[in-house]
Amino acid sequence: MNRTWNNKAWFMVLPVLALVAFSAVIPLMTVVNYSVQDTFGNNVFFWVGTEWFEEVLHSDRFWAAMGRNLAFSAIILAIEVPLGIFIALNMPRKGWGVPVCLVLMALPLLIPFNVVGTIWQVFGRIDIGLLGRGLYILGVDYNYVRDPVDAWVTIILMDVWHWTSLVVLLSYAGLVSIPDAYYQAARIDGASRWAVFRYIQLPKMNRVLLIAILLRFMDSFMIYTEPFVVTGGGPGNTTTFLSIDLVKLAIGEFNLGEAAAMSIIYFLVILAMSWVFYTVMTNYGTEKR
Amino acid sequence: MELSWMAWTWPTAIFFITIALLLTSMGVWEYFAPGGHPRVGLLGIETTRGDRLFLSLLGSGFINLAWLGLFGPSLWWALALSVVYAVGVFRWV
Repeated sequence: MNRTWNNKAWFMVLPVLALVAFSAVIPLMTVVNYSVQDTFGNNVFFWVGTEWFEEVLHSDRFWAAMGRNLAFSAIILAIEVPLGIFIALNMPRKGWGVPVCLVLMALPLLIPFNVVGTIWQVFGRIDIGLLGRGLYILGVDYNYVRDPVDAWVTIILMDVWHWTSLVVLLSYAGLVSIPDAYYQAARIDGASRWAVFRYIQLPKMNRVLLIAILLRFMDSFMIYTEPFVVTGGGPGNTTTFLSIDLVKLAIGEFNLGEAAAMSIIYFLVILAMSWVFYTVMTNYGTEKR
Repeated sequence: MELSWMAWTWPTAIFFITIALLLTSMGVWEYFAPGGHPRVGLLGIETTRGDRLFLSLLGSGFINLAWLGLFGPSLWWALALSVVYAVGVFRWV
């Protein structure tokens, strides 16, 4: 390993460090301070030690929300990644179809999160929504307000609609960077379509795919706006994810100490998972060099 | 400067001062005894000294949380375990 390590370059990141200090570090410190105290407002605090952490760790509500969040992330990754790759593989590589497809794919990504939520909230309504009304006419008993399965299906469909494009665009970027010589070699060897995908396209896409998986995992694990707008966490608590639960706890119940403790645990989980993904991404690349 | 909105307590202040001191001492260590270049350890991944400090702190957070959830609020043993874990990470990871 003969890399050049110039530690003076670290001074270049000082401005960013200052920005991050005010936008993230100082608020995070405040959250830590809140997590060991109880308050009834008016800047009056009572020391409670680790009680809030114990309460969160023994709370069924927290673990249920965590379970729902993990299930949601797993489901949308299992759908969006293969679907995104499939669409990217079938997109045109040249001609007028390229800009058309790219713009169509980019459209859902440009829509603000709360608007996406509103679109699907209306789309799924059984009185006026195209999806809800259409299913009702077809005789399907669909009602995302009342039925937990329907609520989950709606939210998953919404996320797939909103974010598969990201996987498509990243995969497409990986695909177009493959030189033609690889395909020519594969043709000469008489490689099957599957072999071309498995041994040429997939290895060339792995870096961008890992970025896509990382981004989609992080984002889905922190999802708030869309399910909040569509279901508000219901019916009951069936679509209450960690972030929705956190807001309920902090703002709805004004339970700032417990919400702070929950935020810290949530933060540690996300930090650990980000590290795992980041390490896999960076090390996967170095092995291939 | 009015800082009452940050709701500081001595234990949390000591916690953050310790982390700041750890970061500073890592800088001093690297300055006087350079050796923070990446190496491949037990996990089969490249880590620098900074990575090892990050892993130590993150792991310690989970050790303390697990202790709190399983055994209760007396965290001195969890702290001792975290130190052992951190030494292990710096030595072998």
